[in-house]
Amino acid sequence: MSENVIEVRGLRTQFGSHVIHDGLDLDLKRGEILGVVGGSGTGKSVLLRTIVGLITPAKGDVRVLGQDVSQLSGTAREALERRWGVMFQDGALFSALTVQENVEVPLRAVPGLTNAQREGLAQLKVSMAGLPRNANGKYPSDLSGGMKKRAGLARALALDPEIVFLDEPTAGLDPIGADAFDKLIVALRDALGLSVFLVTHDLDTLHACCDRIAVLAEKKVLTTGTMADMLTVDHPWVHEYFHGPRARAATDGKD
Amino acid sequence: MDDLTRDHKLTARNDGDSLILSGELTVWTLPQLPENPPQTIRVEGLTRFDTAAAWYLAGRAADGTTVQGLTDPQQKLLDAVTAAQPQPDPAAPTMPAWREILDKTGRRVMEYLTFMRELAEFLGRFLAALGRAIRHPGEFRLTSLVHHCQETGLRAVPIVALMSFLIGVVLAFQGAAQLQQFGAEVFVVDLIAISILRELGILLTAIIVAGRTASALTASIGSMKMREEIDAMRTLGMDPDMVLILPRVLALLIMLPILGLIANVSGLIGGAIMSWIELGISPSMFRYRLVAETGIEHVIAGISKAPVFAIVIGIIGCHAGMKVGKDAESLGAQTSAAVVNAIFAVIVIDALFSIFFAEIGV
Repeated sequence: MSENVIEVRGLRTQFGSHVIHDGLDLDLKRGEILGVVGGSGTGKSVLLRTIVGLITPAKGDVRVLGQDVSQLSGTAREALERRWGVMFQDGALFSALTVQENVEVPLRAVPGLTNAQREGLAQLKVSMAGLPRNANGKYPSDLSGGMKKRAGLARALALDPEIVFLDEPTAGLDPIGADAFDKLIVALRDALGLSVFLVTHDLDTLHACCDRIAVLAEKKVLTTGTMADMLTVDHPWVHEYFHGPRARAATDGKD
Repeated sequence: MDDLTRDHKLTARNDGDSLILSGELTVWTLPQLPENPPQTIRVEGLTRFDTAAAWYLAGRAADGTTVQGLTDPQQKLLDAVTAAQPQPDPAAPTMPAWREILDKTGRRVMEYLTFMRELAEFLGRFLAALGRAIRHPGEFRLTSLVHHCQETGLRAVPIVALMSFLIGVVLAFQGAAQLQQFGAEVFVVDLIAISILRELGILLTAIIVAGRTASALTASIGSMKMREEIDAMRTLGMDPDMVLILPRVLALLIMLPILGLIANVSGLIGGAIMSWIELGISPSMFRYRLVAETGIEHVIAGISKAPVFAIVIGIIGCHAGMKVGKDAESLGAQTSAAVVNAIFAVIVIDALFSIFFAEIGV
């Protein structure tokens, strides 16, 4: 279970002269949930976007499932893209399509799938993401923030990817909804054997789901390890993050 | 597409009463599976098994097929999928066709009446805000009014003047060709003067302003509505009617008659130049006939429509802006609806004015 599905080595990303990451290394192992934390503006979302190829790195290697993302083009890249799913912060649903049609979009790439099969599968994914059945016919503008995130997750999972990228899945959700989402992520990981790259600020989510945590600071991954490891790290920011009043509340809640 | 499916191999063979599947059982190989399989499905040595496969097996199992040979994790996934299988809703009751037509017609009529009522409400809100501004001049936002006068008025001068000039040219040109046949070239002055001063000057100005300003009003108010700025305003004790609607509609009310006058002058100049070139009617002759033969009532009849057009355009634009929902899609829809409605309303009102003036004999 220790095969790396994502390997980032010596990554440097910059916008103009503004350097976001410099010499960043990161691994995601198969079947694990990796939580990526960091202060605002440390480039957590930028890292996610770089790994999925939306941003081209200035230097360094990004290998996903053994393939260098920046070197791929055409069908090879398309084939790789079908092996991961991305859930953006606000779901990034297509506003002109209903929830079910949104989930059907990736399924349209499968040749030979009948309409009935596609609809059935889309409805199954919507239901697995924890949305009620009547959400299928609704448009994104009719959904609450939490429901949009769930629909975004359903779309990301449409093709049963091996890796799922989640950008702040619980931000803006109420504690009950966030808790349900945490449970959902773990349940789906167990059922589907996903590897999850999870960008978050939510200490409860880190406690509840993540097998490992990577801390982004000073333009690189400062440290990685389990929650227990994080509590012993000496770096001032990391200490503040995991020992602050909110962190203590989250830890106490779990003990 | 072959490149994407190339790597997905599933072998299915029939063995007596059972279907034996091996290889990759995923969404990519789903189309190869039979819709109505035999009594038993046995899987052996699957390299991949995903939710689509589990969905297929769960669906068949519900029809009474037995599934054998799943490993533990695969069985777990199958159970998870079976548990998540959405239950079909009871079908919605269907109406007979005639009732559906009647129902839809009724809804559309009600929508239309609601729209008219809301426009009346906005007109009332504008008038109330105007009344308040007169009683408490301190609350009135003069800077905002000046800004909108510049936006809707000054900025529209070039396009309005150019359009009207060209209309004058066209009228002179077309009129000359017809009137020359009777040797009545000099009446081209009356033709241009009456048509521009009475109808075309103000009507076309209003149409241009409807296109330009109604869309701008909807877009600016609508994007504020979308980002909850209007709600924020209310909580800060600012009245959106005073802050947003009053300056915008009032600016239109002030500027549209002025734009109409500019359009009139520019149209007459265009007509005069063309008459001079085409018919040899000198500018001083044009001016003499214009003053001697064209009554002032034509100008009054034309410009008196301007305030009505201005309020209608402003009200329709502001109303559409306030109707914008939370998504960008509704902003686009409302903006185009505002332009269409404003132009349509301007033309209808112009027709009503024509009848009214004919009846009272102006």
